[in-house]
Amino acid sequence: MELLPTIWFIAIAVLWTGYLFLEGFDLGVGMLMKLFARNNTERRVLLNTVGPVWDGNEVWLLTAGGATFAAFPLWYASLFSALYLPLLVVLVALIFRAVAFEYRGKVDTEQWRARWDWAIALGSFFAAFGVGAALALTTTGLPLNANGDREGGPFAWFNGYAVLGGLAVVGFSLVHALAFLALKTDGEVRHRARQWFVRLLPVMLLPIAAWALTVQFLAGKPWTWTLVVLAVAAAVAAWVLARRGAEGKAFSALGAFLALGSASIFGAVFPVVLPSTLNEAFDLTISNASSSDYTLGLMSVVAAFGLPLVIAYQAWTYWVFRKRVSAAHIPEAHSFLPAIAAKAFTNKG
Amino acid sequence: MDALDALEIARWQFGITTVYHFMMVPLTIGLGLVVAVIQTLWHRTGKPEYLRMTKFWGKLFLINFIMGVATGIVQEFQFGMAWSEYSRFVGDVFGAPLALEALLAFFVESTFLGLWIFGWKQLKPAIHLACLWIAVIGSVFSAYFIIVANSWMQHPVGVEMIDGRPVMTDAWAVFTNNTALVAVPHTLFGALAVAGGFLLGIAWYHLWRRRRDGVDTVGADGRVIPGEAAGIPGRDRNDHKVWLRSLRIGAVVAMISFAGTALTGDLQGKLMFEQQPMKMAAAEAACHDGTGFSVLSIGNIGSQNCDDIVALIEVPGILSYLAKGDFTTEVQGVNSLLPEYKEKYGTHLPDNPIYGERAGQEIDYLPVMEVTYWGFRMMIGFGGLAALAALVALWLARKGTVPESRWLMRLAVLGILAPFGANAAGWIFTEMGRQPFVVAPNPDPSGIDQVFMFTAAAVSPGVSAGELLTSLVTLTAIYAMLLVVEVKLLVKYIRGGVVSAMPELVNAPVDENEDATPGPGGQGGGKPADDVLAFAY
Repeated sequence: MELLPTIWFIAIAVLWTGYLFLEGFDLGVGMLMKLFARNNTERRVLLNTVGPVWDGNEVWLLTAGGATFAAFPLWYASLFSALYLPLLVVLVALIFRAVAFEYRGKVDTEQWRARWDWAIALGSFFAAFGVGAALALTTTGLPLNANGDREGGPFAWFNGYAVLGGLAVVGFSLVHALAFLALKTDGEVRHRARQWFVRLLPVMLLPIAAWALTVQFLAGKPWTWTLVVLAVAAAVAAWVLARRGAEGKAFSALGAFLALGSASIFGAVFPVVLPSTLNEAFDLTISNASSSDYTLGLMSVVAAFGLPLVIAYQAWTYWVFRKRVSAAHIPEAHSFLPAIAAKAFTNKG
Repeated sequence: MDALDALEIARWQFGITTVYHFMMVPLTIGLGLVVAVIQTLWHRTGKPEYLRMTKFWGKLFLINFIMGVATGIVQEFQFGMAWSEYSRFVGDVFGAPLALEALLAFFVESTFLGLWIFGWKQLKPAIHLACLWIAVIGSVFSAYFIIVANSWMQHPVGVEMIDGRPVMTDAWAVFTNNTALVAVPHTLFGALAVAGGFLLGIAWYHLWRRRRDGVDTVGADGRVIPGEAAGIPGRDRNDHKVWLRSLRIGAVVAMISFAGTALTGDLQGKLMFEQQPMKMAAAEAACHDGTGFSVLSIGNIGSQNCDDIVALIEVPGILSYLAKGDFTTEVQGVNSLLPEYKEKYGTHLPDNPIYGERAGQEIDYLPVMEVTYWGFRMMIGFGGLAALAALVALWLARKGTVPESRWLMRLAVLGILAPFGANAAGWIFTEMGRQPFVVAPNPDPSGIDQVFMFTAAAVSPGVSAGELLTSLVTLTAIYAMLLVVEVKLLVKYIRGGVVSAMPELVNAPVDENEDATPGPGGQGGGKPADDVLAFAY
């Protein structure tokens, strides 16, 4: 077994898990803008729980993508080109979502806010679904030829696993966001989030559990099966803890569920990174898809000090903004124009 | 050529998305640096106008920043999506700077900017200021990494060909590629030029408006007499300082950065004459060897036929100076370069399926001269124009305000676009000038001459023209729409003036000095409940 490609396989699994853990709750919060929040103040409470951190969370996706490019260029090239249209949807979703976060509060009208609320909710949904579908397909396979290119046209990637993976990440994000809101808000929103969490967890985690089990049946090993069992135990623990009102512990238990479940999935498919459904000989593996040891070594050195640093300062950010947000903290919308609005570009001015 | 040609569509998509992304990026980098300097001034002096400038320019910075973030993800994804063969070929060396950019730059930028936006009360003033500096330095590092990646495409170094693919053997060479070392400062100065023009144009508009509304008047000696507009929050004497100082900072930044781009651009040119002689010949539409710089060439440059082109005005010796630093060395023209390229890199594309329909076609080594010739001149022209305008503006505003002329104000606002144009033209020139290569061959004597890739081989073989067209149309439409939204918001906040970024001016406008809490020790004393959201979406 090659050491460096294995390390980078683990690193990329960690990056994806980190992405799902962090952006999981802000994607979920985005969807809850429409599903959960009852009025503008509640929507602003939701937004401000993730306000300072969502952009940093999203960089985990960019880093996962960039690291895949650098460490396994053939995996990156095949996966991204085979999933051209679904990734286009993810891109469009992420563009709208990002802009919506920043621009929603910039004009003080109901119509303006309503539009961007939809952009946040739908953007979050499609991003979560698309990323989930792509991750599921990289574990279950795509119709790739000997060169690693997709056969069978623009929709050849579509199958039940794609839908399952999409639902898995959407479901997890929603539950994760409810746990996050219970932890980060106060008052009515906190109370309701905890209620919803307890009610929805058993249903919403089904698709992700089904995905983990599917991968185990396809390629499971004893130790990855064990991880699945532990993951289920963590989910049960999250549920019990939330019922008891231990919000922080419930959130952590759900995080453990994600980490264990993700490890069980990546562990099961290892050392294959992207199977070909056409011919096993065309499978991309950590050996035939990876960069040279020189490149991987260089990246390892940088990541060994860079990644802990990132985790440290991002953790510090959460510490700085650790206080709960509630409706009482939301200031009035700031309208500033009427007094000095000028029509400078017309001669009437 | 087929109407639905995957390669052509993929190239248009890359061009459109990149030029668009690079409208946001230079403003982000340049304005970020300027805001960081201004906040530092506020921190040092505690003068209220610097706080106002920080808040106002910071607000515009953020409106623009988010567009750069949103469109940046497309950049990273489309290498794999649309250019999978390219990604497979270069991944070993090209992927690393992209991954490092995300790990070492983007994380820093986004995390610390989040801290800066939301942390006005939670963080101590010095730490809050440090967060902005860290974020801005992150954006500079981001520029460095991406230019290292791009420079490797212009001038591949530090690799060996193993099994038909370049494999990195010398990371130091890749990360200190001389092409990158001159392109990084060139790009950073270009970014500062954008910020300079931005400050200058907007500050001019506000100074002009204060005069038009009778807030500021001019005394007998021509000097400004700053006034106050009763009942309008924020339109006081400090407001005048905000705009005058912004105008002067903008103008000085614009002039310095033009000088910087000129100096670094000269170094780049000299390198490029060695590294990609055809690009520079095409920049000149120089068909024959010679020493003269073309001020105006006529004839049909677009015909790609040297017989059609006549250099109408030529300055002898200048081309030699640009290329070699003297006035006499003959610089090779297109006609003598073409046979050399053909001899070294072949006359026809190989009969390999990765070239698709283009397999076996004759290779045209001449970039589109209309684009390179005019791109080069637009870059220099817009850049110089902006610097000249900055000098004039500084002189016109020497007595503390701007002339009443509405037309001058419009020109100043319009001038904001010139550095953007120069940036775009420069990138279009250098990327189009590299064609037909996506990775240009490195002719250095060091001997990795066979590391190159034709653009025709780079596109994703498995992706259909229909898919590419779908994304081209979708992204272009969304980008166009978002540009309208961004500009509208910018205009709204610009017209609103400082108060648009400082709600506190509306709430407590009476005593300016009370409002202008000095930096050190003056912040962070609010009640716990106020601390939760110093800024709210």
